[in-house]
This record gives sequence, C-alpha cells and structure tokens, in this order.
Amino acid sequence: MTEGAQAAPPILSVSGLGKSFGAVHALSEVSFDLRAGEAVGIVGPNGAGKSTFLAALTGAFAPSTGTIWLDGADVTGTPAEIMCRRGVVRTHQIPRPFGGLTVFENARLAASFGGPENGDADALAYGALKLCRMLPLANTQADRLGLLDRKRLEMARALATSPRVILLDEVGGGLTDAEAEVLVEIIREIRASGCAIVWIEHIVHVLLQVSERLICMDMGRIIADGDPQAVMRDPAVMEAYLGQGVT
Amino acid sequence: MSLSSSLSNLSTETSPMAQATTAPYRVRRWTPRAKITVLLFAVAVAALALAPAVTGAAFMDRAVALFVYILLAVTWNALAGYAGQVSVGQQGFFGLGAYVTIRLSDAGLPVFPSLVVAALVVGAIALPVSFVMLRLREGEFAIGMWVLATLFHLLVNLDPLIQGETGVSLIALNAVPAETRNLVIYLMALVSAVAVISAMFLLLRSRIGAALQAIRDDEAAAHSVGVNVVRTKQVIFVFAAFGAALAGALWLAGNVSFQPKAYFSVQWMAYTIFMVIVGGIGTFEGAILGAVVFFLLETFLGGYGVWYLLVLGASAIVMALGFPQGIWGYLSSRHGLSLVMVGRHLEAPETEKSGKGSGWSADG
Repeated sequence: MTEGAQAAPPILSVSGLGKSFGAVHALSEVSFDLRAGEAVGIVGPNGAGKSTFLAALTGAFAPSTGTIWLDGADVTGTPAEIMCRRGVVRTHQIPRPFGGLTVFENARLAASFGGPENGDADALAYGALKLCRMLPLANTQADRLGLLDRKRLEMARALATSPRVILLDEVGGGLTDAEAEVLVEIIREIRASGCAIVWIEHIVHVLLQVSERLICMDMGRIIADGDPQAVMRDPAVMEAYLGQGVT
Repeated sequence: MSLSSSLSNLSTETSPMAQATTAPYRVRRWTPRAKITVLLFAVAVAALALAPAVTGAAFMDRAVALFVYILLAVTWNALAGYAGQVSVGQQGFFGLGAYVTIRLSDAGLPVFPSLVVAALVVGAIALPVSFVMLRLREGEFAIGMWVLATLFHLLVNLDPLIQGETGVSLIALNAVPAETRNLVIYLMALVSAVAVISAMFLLLRSRIGAALQAIRDDEAAAHSVGVNVVRTKQVIFVFAAFGAALAGALWLAGNVSFQPKAYFSVQWMAYTIFMVIVGGIGTFEGAILGAVVFFLLETFLGGYGVWYLLVLGASAIVMALGFPQGIWGYLSSRHGLSLVMVGRHLEAPETEKSGKGSGWSADG
C-alpha cells in the first residue's frame, strides 16, 4: 500500500459483517476497508465465504449483522441495482449471461441501467468490449459463447457500468498462460483508470501480479489481511490450505 | 481519470481522424429489410382500413376475431416470451375488460368510448395487483394468475347487473344501426391491434425491451447490473393486462352478449398459448404469425367440431416436439430470417473479423 492510499478515506467499508443461512454461518465478523483505486486479492479454500462476501458487498442480500458504508454513508441492505448505479459492481463466479441478447446488447444494457445517469451507453459498452478484447464477438448471441468467453462477458458487462469498485469472482479460472497474461494486462488497465478492484482467484501467482494487498478467508472469516508475501507465509493461512496442525 | 471517461475515450482514441468526434463504431438499429417490412405493414393497415368499402359484414365480423387474437397473442408474448412471466390467467383481464365495458355503458358512458376506457380501467386495476402477483415465481405465478382469473370471475358473478351465469347484453349497442356498428367495431379493433403491435415494437426497441429479456434470461444478473427488476416486470404486466382487457371489450362488442363463464374461460389461454408457441415464443413476428395461423385454422376447420379440436391438439403436439421454437423461431434460427429489428448491431473494424473467438489468444 502506498502512503497516499493509507491516508485516503475508504471508499467501501464493512464492519462486523455476518450472514447466516439457517445454522450455517457463511460470514462472521468480517471487517474490511477498501480505498479508492486499491487492488485487493482474496484467497481461501472452497466454502470459505469468499463469494458470499462479494455478494454481500454488492447488496445481493441483506447481511444478518454488521454495517456496510459506501463513501462514508451507511448502505447496509441497499439492493444490488442501486449499489451498481452508485459504482459497486461484481461478476459472478458461474457466468450469468443474458443468453437471448448479443454480447454488445449485454454490455449496453448494463451501461444504460447501471452506468452514469447521462452516460453514452453505446460508447461505454463499446469501450468495455474493447478493453476486454471482445469486439470480434460483439454481435454473437450470448448463449452461443463458450465458458471462457462467458467469463469475459461477465467482466465486460460489469465494466460497462463504469464502476468505481469492481468485484471479480474467479474470472481467471481455466485460462492458458498466454490468456492469463492478457487478463492481467486488462486488470492493470482497469486499475490505471482509478477503479478499485477486489479479486477472488485460486491461481495465486496471477493474483499477485496485480494485487498490492491480499486477504485470506476461511470458515466465513478473514484470517489474514495485508502484504501478499506476508499473508502467504502466515501460519493460519498455511493451516487453512494444508490442514497442518489438525487435532 | 474515471473509468467512465477512460472507457469513453477508448471509443474515440482509435479514430482515424485524430481530432474527429466521429466514433470508430456505429450501432445499427435498422436493416433495409426492416424498413421494407414497416412500409409493407403500413400499406397493409391502410388496405385493411379501406377494406370495408368493398367487403361485407361477414368479412368485418371475422376480421374482428383476428384482431382480438393478435391482441391476445402479442401481449401474452410480451409477458411470457420476452419477460419470462408465464401467466395462464390473462382470461381474468379479458373477462374484466368485457365486464367493465358493460358497467361503464350501464352508467351512461357512450358505448364505443366505454370499450377503450374499460381497458384503461383494467390496466389501472392491474397495477396494484402486480405488486402481489409478481412476488410469485414461475409455476407459482402461472397458477396464481389462474386463481386470480377465477377470483375475478366469482366477483363479477356477485354483481346483480350480470344476473349470474345468465349474463347480460351490451344493450347500448342495439341503439346503433347495424352497419355503423359493424364498421366502427371493425375500425376500433384494427386500430387497437395496430396500436398494440406498434407499442410492442417501440417497447422492445427501448432499453426496457433489453431489460425484459435480461430479466427472463437471468433475474439476479439483471439486478446486479442496475435493472429495477420489479418495476420493469410491472410495466409489462400492466401492458399485457391492458391488451387482454381491450381484447375482451372488443370481443364483447362483436358478440354483444356477456356470459361470465365464456369470457373468464381458460380456453382463451389455451388458444393464446397455442398461437404464441406455434408462431414462435419470444419473437416479435412469431406472435402475430401464430394468431394468423390460428385464425386460418379456425376459419377453415372450425365447422368440423371435434375434428377441428383434434387438429389443433395434434398440431400443438407436433410443434412442441418438432419445432419448440415455433414457426418463426425455426425460420429465424435456421435461415437468419428476420423482418423487423429490435436489437442493436455493433459495426466496427474489429467486429468485421467475423468472430473466430475473442481477441484473447491472438493478443496474448
């Protein structure tokens, strides 16, 4: 983290966030600050609550406990569509394209509803597709895309809303090394524009190329948060991944 | 630099002319064929408007039935095919449209305006109803709508004016000379069908049209990119209720007598679903085509009684098994056939590479 980033007030902030589904505590006591333009990676074993955490941040459901602030204002329980218009958007781990629309129409829809009030939806959609290298597929119907292109469409569609915070849920899975390089390039471009990024990914070496800060989650909690190298060496993190010290 | 401005910049920075404001892309919303279709449609409407000069009462009578079917098919297709809200209770609004017409006419409103005002009243009733019904999902919504239609039926039967299942006639129509009556009803039905088709066209081309399809394809994803899901569904729910009510009011005008059982019958739904499935659910052209197909089957086979119903049933089965996308869906997916354009086609140098995968591997 740079000193400037340290000094700026957080754009998105949560404290004591919890979510229970019946007896299952998917999230408990999660506290987290995100500064404008920051890039944070999230790792953790399957079922650690990473996707639930992103979903809670975008207002996909109301948390059971805790508070979420956006620009210092309490936005707990604000529905996803409003959060999107206010600049916080996520991609879905399992892509959810609008299959009956073309790639361009998918992005344009996001731009026209989730984008800035008087934005040029065509221009935003075009820009997002260009950034995500999806222009050759612009007029393809989304349900004809393969899995990888669907993931790219998730990202392009989120970007078309011109977010201030983008939450990426495993957009890099299944990529070849060359493709992963393109992804890193794209995410660097997003960062360069000033958009903050929270990125869940299992491929840690790709994640570390763009993240200045790493979070590890396990059992619905944040068990480590800070410098990526330090987090990866943290005994609690190693235990979560490798199961050392099982009693 | 915000992402918004940098995304917008991306779209101009590659322009061949450095200082030009023209974008390197164009969004096409019309095809030459779509323009011709709209022109032919206008010609057909004009011809139909002038048709009464050379045809008789029998033609106008049958044509009113066709226009009513088009109203039902187009508005149900909007609700089920585009927005994914499969209702089997539109007969409730159809019956209410007829009932409210009788009530308004009884209260002294001139009979022809009553037809349109009744549809508007039912549309207004549908708005508060939508808050409750749209909380239901998929199968629950379908059945819930049927229950709602039955409830409307029972409530209407409580009105002494209707005299239970004996029914009542739109008496005010008798005061109008038969020739004038036929002509006015024919023209009103024609204008209604054209208005609903045009409204549907404009709605689908607006951003609401894309939002509807997004909701149908993935409601949660629509939510997460800023679509107000409930309000968008409400727009289409009220539109479909208005269309069904207008159809009911016009059917009453054409048939004069109102028996609740005939108007609130689920057979209207069966016919409507037949039209839309056979024509091509979720396609603009398909719903209209399906209404015409159903109308022709009824016109030429309707006299054969049971055999007519058997043919209807058999063709529905054949279509559902062999051509689940319907006639139009089949033609458009097989042969890229499309008469009107409701989508948006992006034209840019990069899209001309005729889509062999995205630019990822190539750049990487």
